[in-house]
Amino acid sequence: MKNASNLFVVAEVVDGHPVGLCHEMLGLARALADRSGGTVHAGVLGSGLGGAGEDLIAHGADTVRVIDAPIFAQYQADAWLPDLHAMIGQVRPDAVMIGHTPLGADLAPRLAFRLGTNVATGCNHVRVEGGKLLLTRPCYGGKAEEVVSMLSSPALFTVKPKCFQPCPKQDNRGGELVRMDSILDPASVRTKVREVRRDASDGARLESARIVVAGGGGMKGVRGFELAGRLADALGGAVGASRVACDLGWCPPSRQVGLSGKTVAPELYIAIGISGAAQHVAGCANAKTIVAINTDPDAPIFRYSKYGIVGDCHQLMPALIDKIEALRK
Amino acid sequence: MKIVVCVKAIPDPEIAASIFRVDEAAKRMVPLPGTRSVMSPFDEQALELALRIRDALGEGSITLLTLGAETTRSIVKHGLSLGADDALMLVDPVFDDGDSYTTARALAAAIQRMGGVDLILTGRQAADGDCGVVGCGIAELLGLPAVTFAMDIVVTDGMLVIERALGEGSEIIEAPMPAVVTVSHEVGKVRYASLRETMKAARKPVTAWSAEQLGLDASELGTRGARRVLERLYVPVNDVQCEYMVGETPEELAGNLVERLHAARLI
Repeated sequence: MKNASNLFVVAEVVDGHPVGLCHEMLGLARALADRSGGTVHAGVLGSGLGGAGEDLIAHGADTVRVIDAPIFAQYQADAWLPDLHAMIGQVRPDAVMIGHTPLGADLAPRLAFRLGTNVATGCNHVRVEGGKLLLTRPCYGGKAEEVVSMLSSPALFTVKPKCFQPCPKQDNRGGELVRMDSILDPASVRTKVREVRRDASDGARLESARIVVAGGGGMKGVRGFELAGRLADALGGAVGASRVACDLGWCPPSRQVGLSGKTVAPELYIAIGISGAAQHVAGCANAKTIVAINTDPDAPIFRYSKYGIVGDCHQLMPALIDKIEALRK
Repeated sequence: MKIVVCVKAIPDPEIAASIFRVDEAAKRMVPLPGTRSVMSPFDEQALELALRIRDALGEGSITLLTLGAETTRSIVKHGLSLGADDALMLVDPVFDDGDSYTTARALAAAIQRMGGVDLILTGRQAADGDCGVVGCGIAELLGLPAVTFAMDIVVTDGMLVIERALGEGSEIIEAPMPAVVTVSHEVGKVRYASLRETMKAARKPVTAWSAEQLGLDASELGTRGARRVLERLYVPVNDVQCEYMVGETPEELAGNLVERLHAARLI
């Protein structure tokens, strides 16, 4: 990463649109490249990509390599790897970044080993110091953070959502769109996606919600989550949950916030009956304001919270719903 | 069917953040006095899936594979008492202070040398480093397919049918064997060690191999082979001051909170 730092962003596209995390990665890539006069490359594989390439340019990419082919309709590492490997071979970037999503977490280690290098996963802070790319990531279940660098090139890393500012969209931004043919031999794809089961609950809304009402073990069951749902409705927000609550089946897994679930960064995060284990806080620490409601005054969640109530959430939730509804009138 | 489960010994991940310490100079976690290493919970779930597969098929062998010093012995014992058939430990000072790359390299070499392995299971990530790299790395080094974040595996007609956890549900993936599968916590509860298995565990074979026995050169392993440099390890500081609401009744407490949030234009 000495002079010109060339970065390669692997973009993830859903229904013809790059996911929000792509824009955050481009924001980071742009900031790193602009410091050193480097170039931001992006690569995208998919089927029915529409204007995804143009969108990536408008959000900060200089060059976008696009392969639009039916075989890429559903993500599989076996299918993605050969073409991405070839793209990276052409671009020869100093660093490759991939979103820390179920796709990126599956793809990045495979790609790293195929390139003979290593990967830092789930990075929440990235900077260049003395010509060295320093990657910060949570570890020990969010209790600690480590800063790592890579001796091998390119350095791969996956980027945690909601940690970097996206570049504002500029529709007239210049960039080069390269449409390519796939080099993939379909016979080399050993896995097959037989079925996709979408969770009925609208978990995606959780990630974009301005207000999140999250419940944990203190909800004591499905009834607690019904109240949380009513509270979220009153606030125009979405319901989240700790892993404990999801593992107990009180809430669908798509609602899980934390290290092994979703990362959210709402304006307001109301943690109810959640003790605040580091693994959970890792998923909501970037919320602007955290409010905690817990019977245990020593619960760690209060250490991250601006406002707190020590008390029984089953009494407090109906009271909160009443007060908020009164406020709306 | 021959299954290998890769397991890692880690400091107890359940210890509270308030007593978690690191030695910043040594760039290591400070182990709490009186605590011992445990099997990384995701690896325990990987072993649970292996046991369920063996139960369903009514045949098969399960080998535990670990890399590490003597501290791993207690987790090997634990895995054997849960029902694994035998264990292979990779023990050699040259493995020390490696990274995910050198770890995957050593484990892949061991699996290759064992021969005839149909399924390699690992946890989705180790609960200390939280990297989630080694499983996929083994697959790449051995040229095998990999499926990550499995919540269930069924073996039918020599194929693996894997339910993979996604953010918004799951997908069913078919993979041929041999393959690497990493296992997620959606597997659910793991079994307890039975008295019968614990009694048997003491007599189960545990083998140790060195780097030389794996045919690996010391320059490819440990610190010398690592691609990743640990620059810093620290506990992040958090300086939020919590304002506790005051009130006699739930209504009063709720009213005060709503007032604060409204004044701060949060609601």
